[in-house]
Amino acid sequence: MSEPGARVSLPDIAWTFNQIALASFGGGLSAWSRKIVVERRQWMGEEAFLSAMTMCRIMPGANQINLAVFVGAGLRGAAGGVAAVLGLCLVPVALMLTLGFVYFTFKEVPAVSGALHGASAAAVAMTVAMVVKSGKKCLTGVIPVALFGAAFVLNGVLRWPLLLTLAILAPLALLWAWPREDTKPS
Amino acid sequence: MNTYLALVGLFGTLSLLSIGGGNTVLPEMHLRAVADHHWLTDGQFADIFSISQAAPGPSILIVSLVGYAAGLQAAGVAGGLLGGLIATAAMVLPAAFLMYLVTLSWQRAQRSKLRRAVEKGFAPLTVGLILATSLVMSRAADHDWRAYLLTAAATVIFVRTDTNPLLIVAAAAVLGYLGFV
Repeated sequence: MSEPGARVSLPDIAWTFNQIALASFGGGLSAWSRKIVVERRQWMGEEAFLSAMTMCRIMPGANQINLAVFVGAGLRGAAGGVAAVLGLCLVPVALMLTLGFVYFTFKEVPAVSGALHGASAAAVAMTVAMVVKSGKKCLTGVIPVALFGAAFVLNGVLRWPLLLTLAILAPLALLWAWPREDTKPS
Repeated sequence: MNTYLALVGLFGTLSLLSIGGGNTVLPEMHLRAVADHHWLTDGQFADIFSISQAAPGPSILIVSLVGYAAGLQAAGVAGGLLGGLIATAAMVLPAAFLMYLVTLSWQRAQRSKLRRAVEKGFAPLTVGLILATSLVMSRAADHDWRAYLLTAAATVIFVRTDTNPLLIVAAAAVLGYLGFV
């Protein structure tokens, strides 16, 4: 984390996360967070950042907002966390509400819905690409593939609510992944 | 008033349920916002999904647009803006506060068994839930074979290359604008 002598100011934290948000036009927020937090500002080391990303994925909440809380609170406590989240969200929310106003006002224009229809096909592709990329890393055996398939079928195909899906699958996943002390050292 | 309370209740709950990221609660959000509350239609939900994906910032800010749609229905544009802000705060604050507590105790939990189990065990679940999101969004957008073809082509580009996704989204938007999908 930062040196005690070089205490990062709250506006600096907010401004940095605002930059991260605006750079990520069209996606790539994780990559931009890493580039700016680790490389440019050197607020965290590479390993600390990667383990934080894992934790942010596990915790409820949007991954990038969680990461902002983690980095901001690590630098300046609760105030730093608030500054990071505001920096990350304030301008994008204003932009989103502007886009919402435009969309819900002009939704009947066929060209606009046509363009959005095309864009949504690409937006789905971004999500599928994320599945492929992260799937390559974690779907490395029969049980993880079964957990993956069950989560997809229950929540996506059968449309079971998330809570019910997780109530059934999360205990199975933890049972499978629980570290066992008596396994042979490898 | 009831609309705003419903927004706080729905997104405050989804905030704490969104284990694995905001994308994992999109099917549930879609179910509640479209089927239960009728704040927007299937097609509108798919449209604001692509807006939130393409716009800068966390894609969870789709909740700003769901809140806008709900408020718009209840009290016009001013109500929409208020709904957007309320929905965003309800979605961000509970999870962010929880994350703050976890950040404080993070150093002490380095070797915890539960943490190791959750990291390993939830990963495949999360990937499955995200794929479920893709399916639900394609259905909501009422995609035909041309849209699925475009999705497949774009997926290959995203997986195989480092192309800025914005370029692909923009190109897909042009194809849609011209009526090809």
